[in-house]
Amino acid sequence: MSKQRFPTEDQNESRSDTTVSRRSLLAAGAAAGIAGLAGCSGALGSGQSGQDGQDQAGVAGETLTLTTTTSTYDTGLLDAIHPSFEEMYGVTVDAVAQGTGAALESARNGDSDVVMVHARGLEDEFLRNGYGVNRRDLMFNDFVIVGPESDPAGIQGMSSATETLTTIAEAQAPFVSRGDNSGTHTKELNLWEAAGTEPGGDWYQETGTGMGEALNVANQQGAYTLSDRGTFISQRSEIDLTILVQGPIEGGPESLSNPYGIMAVNPGVHENANYDLSMAYIGWITSPAAQDAIADYQMNGEQLFFPRAVSEDPDFQQYVPEGWSGDSDDE
Amino acid sequence: MSVPLEPVVMLPALLEFPFREGYVRSIIYVSLYVSGTAVILSTLFSIPVAIVMGFADFPGKQVVKAIINTGMGFPSVVVGLIVLFVVSNQGPLGALELIFTKEAMIMSQFVLATPPITAISLAAVSGVGDNVRDAARALGGTRLDVALVVIKEARYGIATAVLAGFGRAISEVGSVLIVGGNITSASGISKTRTLTTAIQLEARQGQYNTALVLGVVLVALVLAVNAVVVRFGDEGAMNR
Repeated sequence: MSKQRFPTEDQNESRSDTTVSRRSLLAAGAAAGIAGLAGCSGALGSGQSGQDGQDQAGVAGETLTLTTTTSTYDTGLLDAIHPSFEEMYGVTVDAVAQGTGAALESARNGDSDVVMVHARGLEDEFLRNGYGVNRRDLMFNDFVIVGPESDPAGIQGMSSATETLTTIAEAQAPFVSRGDNSGTHTKELNLWEAAGTEPGGDWYQETGTGMGEALNVANQQGAYTLSDRGTFISQRSEIDLTILVQGPIEGGPESLSNPYGIMAVNPGVHENANYDLSMAYIGWITSPAAQDAIADYQMNGEQLFFPRAVSEDPDFQQYVPEGWSGDSDDE
Repeated sequence: MSVPLEPVVMLPALLEFPFREGYVRSIIYVSLYVSGTAVILSTLFSIPVAIVMGFADFPGKQVVKAIINTGMGFPSVVVGLIVLFVVSNQGPLGALELIFTKEAMIMSQFVLATPPITAISLAAVSGVGDNVRDAARALGGTRLDVALVVIKEARYGIATAVLAGFGRAISEVGSVLIVGGNITSASGISKTRTLTTAIQLEARQGQYNTALVLGVVLVALVLAVNAVVVRFGDEGAMNR
């Protein structure tokens, strides 16, 4: 959202916000009513002043709303790399961690400016429906299938993700599903579909929670689950689960790859989308410097994300829905 | 609010404070700012409503009462969704760009806090004896004078109402998560993150210990606010 499209007015507003936050907590209650009203009318003002501020060049002072998945946020990656973008442009990035499905839905409603998610099928649908523009491949890591060391279904070291799932289903070994329309959940459903198995029954539990909680549930129940490597690494010291089937980063099957993409919200659909700043952000995060920063980000001594945007080779498929061809009569 | 209290058990966890400088302070500030503002606005709205309803008989009064009582049990997630539809870019207030702001959070907490404040204030106002009202009127008081006397007589009940509303507002997580977005700056200063959404975030990551630390902070905060309000009430009693 282009909440801060009009720098002069809004910088004042954000400055007064900071001042308020520095006041002692005791004063907060007293100041609250007045400041709340001031905040409302400030927003009203900026909403009404419409086109007047357009001649003020630049994006400084504006706020970029990024909706993204829990894995990029909860691993701490965004907090680590965003300060350099914020300094470079003098802007603020509001990162809202929602899970892939919800992040795309917020963008669809025009409530965010840029989305960073990891479910290519959902991203393609978003592009095809006209909500997203200028998609880029951003980075990747991989999914791993984790479970208790006792490995009741005997899946350790299997080289196919679909075979692994089939084996778990046949053994009716407990399996925890995210069940929340997140990127990881979407990946899991795609794998079940590819395996030709319909998961169900007592052994299959949908938690409807984030990855960290799902790992905890799996840990407590001695269950298997599909996790992105980053979240698993960040939590490994607290749980007894172990990686039984590796993703492609450690030589596992390619079907467990976990690519992240980034897209701007189409200003033709949502005219209030802060398109300039979105494109500045996409330009920055796909630049060599930011891609290096992504590669350098570590947790517990391990690299969590692998940059993918900078390449010598052309990769036209990153800009369009997968399988789209300029020759075909697509839509 | 009934919250389990185990401060002694939690003390060791508090000693190793696992957060960045300023982080906890900023989420406490946002929690107090959002819930405090919502409760102040709710109170300003509720007390006149309670007094009018307590004094006057009008057709449909029981229906209004029923609506207020239903509102006390309204799930915060549903309120969050409704406010989301209202403030979302596609909603009626979309042009104001309130989504993912404190103002949107205040709106949803206002909706949540108003029914309990109104209902409990109404009970307190109704409990003020007719003789007090009659005496105030007999002494030549205007309607406003009478109302002020009733408020004064009912102040403990009204304080309880405000505390109940505050308790509901500051402890709810569903609506502020949806309409606020749980945002901090990259340097860890809260924009729309409250204690409850911060606890939710820690739990999502499986960091139950740090979640508990924040839970203790939240409980301490509610206790402190209760203590302050009760103290005000006592001072009022002494000055009488």
